[in-house]
Amino acid sequence: MTKPKLLITRRLPAAVEARAARDYDAVFNETDTPTTPAGILAAAAGMDAILCCTADRLDGATIAALPASVKVLSTFSVGTDHIDLAACAARGLPVCNTPDVLTEATAELTLLLILAAARRAGEGERMVRAGAWSGWAPTQLMGAQISGKRLGIFGMGRIGQAVARMARGFRMQVHYRNRTRLPAAVEDGAVFHDDDASFLAVCDVLSLNAPGGAGTQGWLNAERIALLPRGAIVANAARGTLVDDAALIAALKSGQVAYAGLDVFRGEPALDPGYLGLENAVLLPHLGSATTETRDAMGHLALDGIDAVLAGRVPGNVVR
Amino acid sequence: MKPRLIVSRQMPRAVGERIRDEFDCPVPQGEDLDTATALRLLAETRADALLFTSHLKLTAEVIAALPAHVRVAATCSVGFDHIDLAAAKARGLPVTNTPEVLNECTADLAFMLLLNACRRGAEYAAVMRRGWRQGFGMGEMLGVRAWGKTLGILGMGGIGRAMAARARGFGMRVLYCNRSRLPPELEQGATYHADFEAMLPHCDILSLHAPSGPATAGIMNARRFGLMKPGAVFVNAARGALVVEDALIEALRSGRLFAAGLDVFHNEPAYDLRIAELPNVFLTPHMGSATVETRNAMGFRALDNIQAVLSGRPAIDPLWS
Repeated sequence: MTKPKLLITRRLPAAVEARAARDYDAVFNETDTPTTPAGILAAAAGMDAILCCTADRLDGATIAALPASVKVLSTFSVGTDHIDLAACAARGLPVCNTPDVLTEATAELTLLLILAAARRAGEGERMVRAGAWSGWAPTQLMGAQISGKRLGIFGMGRIGQAVARMARGFRMQVHYRNRTRLPAAVEDGAVFHDDDASFLAVCDVLSLNAPGGAGTQGWLNAERIALLPRGAIVANAARGTLVDDAALIAALKSGQVAYAGLDVFRGEPALDPGYLGLENAVLLPHLGSATTETRDAMGHLALDGIDAVLAGRVPGNVVR
Repeated sequence: MKPRLIVSRQMPRAVGERIRDEFDCPVPQGEDLDTATALRLLAETRADALLFTSHLKLTAEVIAALPAHVRVAATCSVGFDHIDLAAAKARGLPVTNTPEVLNECTADLAFMLLLNACRRGAEYAAVMRRGWRQGFGMGEMLGVRAWGKTLGILGMGGIGRAMAARARGFGMRVLYCNRSRLPPELEQGATYHADFEAMLPHCDILSLHAPSGPATAGIMNARRFGLMKPGAVFVNAARGALVVEDALIEALRSGRLFAAGLDVFHNEPAYDLRIAELPNVFLTPHMGSATVETRNAMGFRALDNIQAVLSGRPAIDPLWS
């Protein structure tokens, strides 16, 4: 029996590529060259399935032009901003993603951002690394204490809930802003806020864990930043589009926001150059899910979805 | 009349304010005084008390040179490696430190180091400082997920237990080695190992929280690193003296360790610069207690100790008895 044909648009972890090669007549992007819509269309000829990544652009025109042989599109990500889902629905193309498996990796990176920003770890790292450390002093690099503070989580989905669990080990009091209130068992003592003003007022630390999209575009703007307690700490491991960069940079300069930890930016892999000179910003290159354990699990889940669709089953990770 | 105090080191502002309120002190915020200057000022001002840090070494010689009117010396630190306690006791000089108030803060920093070591924080930050502008492949620059791992803790005092509480939020299994086993309410499900070497092969991550001293000097040597799992992560926010740095550097170079997070070093601040050449370390300058809240609390605790002794009460945190 011939194996189904699978296009994998970018390099994936070795264990995932090995499984794909075993189960499929798979086409790989050996040089990991960034794709274009035209390139994807050319490579998709005769394919039964496509495994894509967030860096690929699968807009409405591209989806409409995919060959009829393509029966499933699976993305190596939770987010689907890069895919025109309406266009997929219009042509009856199932789309799979990789929810759940990167929850812990992304949540722990959120805590890393909070801790590193509040404790001025970037400044400390650079000082020690450069051999510029002149000795211990009671007032050197004093940051803000995290344990015992109030943490506000914007977006209490799976990742937000995992951030809350981790924060409790630091004895933080958890508040959250979400479209809907969670059941008490899931809430586990976290305080629900149904308006921005009451929520922002209690955020000694604000963690953004909401999805991107039109509803949250530029949510953290100057007006909302002004509602935070002075000297608040902001962490974003969700989406760069949630933040108005000019407003956050101004707040980091004025001290309204004391420290920020950011893993995501508008225009990645570029970022607003205003961040680069700020000592009170910890910046990471969008590596929220970048652990071996997580990336392997994401790849396997993306392949599970393709396996299921091609076998005529409805995968658990199909995007609705 | 207010008691007279000499402060040998710059203090956080709120501590300086309290010193001004409660003491007759020529340098309430503290200036960095060398030993000779501190001794001279203590004598000139007929000081009742000394507030100092590890910057000023209270050797037997210095203790012998202290004027008789100095009735208490309070270090604004939990560590007391810089104090000759036997000499202080022989002279009957109460010496105090500031325990407990920095437990949470130090555990926060140790966990920050743990996460940065696992998740390659230093390498990622360096990418950003270069301006980023490069995507990473899905199999590139991958770290170790901390969540769900097995964490070994050496030294289950207040800081070790605070570390364990943080680890539980990350779904970690906690093992610990301590002089004695803790009661269940403090153990909180952690597994006790009386034998340090028997614990090491089970640890995905090892974090040190033991004091320094003859029993722990160089406890992490080549043999102990060799007993750890290949690819394990090592964290030290306790004391540099616990580690044989040649062995640590070798373990990081060979890949026996995936990464390390280090806040303390053998020679501070003139630490071994070979460590700075390693990509797989996250380094901070001994800032376990460096938050405004905790440094204020440490200063206040030191002042509480001084006030207790000067008013004839026992010290809250005596270092000898």
